[in-house]
Amino acid sequence: MNRSLFMHPLVQLMWARVLEFIRQPEAVFWVYVFPLIMVVALGLAFRSEPVESMAVDIQESSTAQSIRETLETDLRFRLRISTEKEARRRLRVGKAELIVVADESSDASYKYLFDPTRPGSLLARNATDDVLQRAAGRVDVITTSDSEVRDPGSRYIDFLIPGLIGMGLMGGGMWGVGFAIVDMRIRQLLKRFLGTPMKKRHFLTAMMCSRLIFTIPEIVVLLVFSRLLFGVQNQGSYALVGLLVVLGGFEFAGIGLLVASRAKTLEAVSGLMNLVMVPMWIASGIFFSPDRFPDLAQPFINLLPLTPLIGALRQVMLEGVGLTAIGSELVIILGWGVITFALALRTFRWD
Amino acid sequence: MPYAIECHDLRKMYAGSPPVEAVRGVDLLVEEGECFGVLGPNGAGKTTTIEILEGLLAATSGEARVLGHSWNGAGDKIREQIGISLQETRLSEKLSVLETLTLFRSFYREGISPKEAIKQVSLEEKADSWIKNLSGGQKQRVAVATALVGDPKLLFLDEPTTGLDPQSRRELWGIITDFRSKGGTILITTHYMDEAERLCDRVAIFDHGRILALDSPQNLIDGLGADHMIDFEVDEIGDVSLPDDFGSDLPGVSAARRDADNHCLFVAQPHVVIPALLSCLQEEELELTSLTTRQATLEDVFVHLTGRHLDDVEDES
Repeated sequence: MNRSLFMHPLVQLMWARVLEFIRQPEAVFWVYVFPLIMVVALGLAFRSEPVESMAVDIQESSTAQSIRETLETDLRFRLRISTEKEARRRLRVGKAELIVVADESSDASYKYLFDPTRPGSLLARNATDDVLQRAAGRVDVITTSDSEVRDPGSRYIDFLIPGLIGMGLMGGGMWGVGFAIVDMRIRQLLKRFLGTPMKKRHFLTAMMCSRLIFTIPEIVVLLVFSRLLFGVQNQGSYALVGLLVVLGGFEFAGIGLLVASRAKTLEAVSGLMNLVMVPMWIASGIFFSPDRFPDLAQPFINLLPLTPLIGALRQVMLEGVGLTAIGSELVIILGWGVITFALALRTFRWD
Repeated sequence: MPYAIECHDLRKMYAGSPPVEAVRGVDLLVEEGECFGVLGPNGAGKTTTIEILEGLLAATSGEARVLGHSWNGAGDKIREQIGISLQETRLSEKLSVLETLTLFRSFYREGISPKEAIKQVSLEEKADSWIKNLSGGQKQRVAVATALVGDPKLLFLDEPTTGLDPQSRRELWGIITDFRSKGGTILITTHYMDEAERLCDRVAIFDHGRILALDSPQNLIDGLGADHMIDFEVDEIGDVSLPDDFGSDLPGVSAARRDADNHCLFVAQPHVVIPALLSCLQEEELELTSLTTRQATLEDVFVHLTGRHLDDVEDES
């Protein structure tokens, strides 16, 4: 290595951070293994499988047994004959999706009891109705056929991976930079640095860049693993994903720097970090689309640092869009990074 | 001859309720090549003063010039030429001694090689050990080495030997003496009076944010008018009790003090005073339980100036 380049304070500060990082096995574990565990756990929990069964209770009556025999033709039903009280209780606690009541007093033959806000209940209601109607003689007027779509790219895991990349960049940048700085402040090491001719901008830049050095392998591991295990593919260009990862890492390292620029204790910096991150965990679309929030909240959600990052990653990875399609997202990401770094330079305290 | 450190009416007020005036008008002139000691109990304003001179704190008022430059404007020029060791810095535990010094060396334009710095503090064998695995004394030597690696003209050492065992303290004294013999200037704070007597050309005794006395250790001791101390204790039975200043009227005694059971006389000629003391005690029919004589120290100067022991003050803080 070029001697003079190696002795540049920026390089030395980064090198020291890298050495410290790789010499802490626990830090390596949290940065690299934890996200993988998360991918596996969520991938298994949300794997795309057809609805396997529906629990349907038939309320006790003289015709209950014949209803049961009719419905038994469809193997998806898990059937049970219960008293009214028992059936109601099972519906309330979610053990039954639907109660079928043979109604002898009114014109209708059957009455369905269910909660329409529960997707499972709606499915069960329609499926049950279908079977009972056909059994009573209904004839379908046109012929249809079903074809199941479960291509890579349209599953929940495909949606999830860009979200987890964004979450990793946010957590890594903020905890990695913020905690390290406050720790150095507590140890009076920052004060010691202040007594040297070292430049503040070198120090802050080194803290940001060393974080990127740790983050990039983390993302690579995540991408490779999700591809091997779940067949998650990138529909767009890897260069663009790389660009987003670097800019996202820069953005959150900047926010981490700003959050840690004055905090004197680990408790203070943890509180501030959570305050900053919680809105993004909820609203920025890690686990579900931010479109679910009311329209009124959308402009704010779109300006949060994490929303454009995850949004752009999804557009590239799932839809394969190019650079121009994610221009506005890039501007917001870059804006956060530059503004927070500049503010951190101004507000940063060494002691 | 230019001064290495020059400050006039330096003051530092910490905001708060009530505001604390940590430094209340300090004047210092430290010459180049001098080892200058700042002495005093904890809370006397030593660390605040040294941190202002190191450029780590801004003074509330007053002027501080270091190596001919003012901290207003020429900060980087000063930083290139000074080396500092703070009272408490925990260096990164998982870096080796050599890596730590290489990092610090990179901050300076000019300096000695990291290996040379390690040699100056005699840690060659530990060059590749992590900081974590060093003893307290070795860590302190690394801290001093980080100050030496920029080849400074002026070294600031804030309580460099506090908490160290005697062996480690002597090793650090050796490093300080070496630096000084090469023409370097040192400003050292300590609350060990023996350390100041041994190392310093001149000392300033601080208390409550002010300088009480400033001179060479020998002149300060001579200023007591008595360079010997007689310590004695008597068996005080029942309500028989000696006045606190017992013995002060004996010929040849310049002052007398009492701390708990121990009476202390400041004298110039012990061989004249001791017979007089003994006969005086005999007249009072008091039995002597101990009697020792010793050379006066800076500690005695501090006691004389403040009426307190350094240890007493430490217990308060």
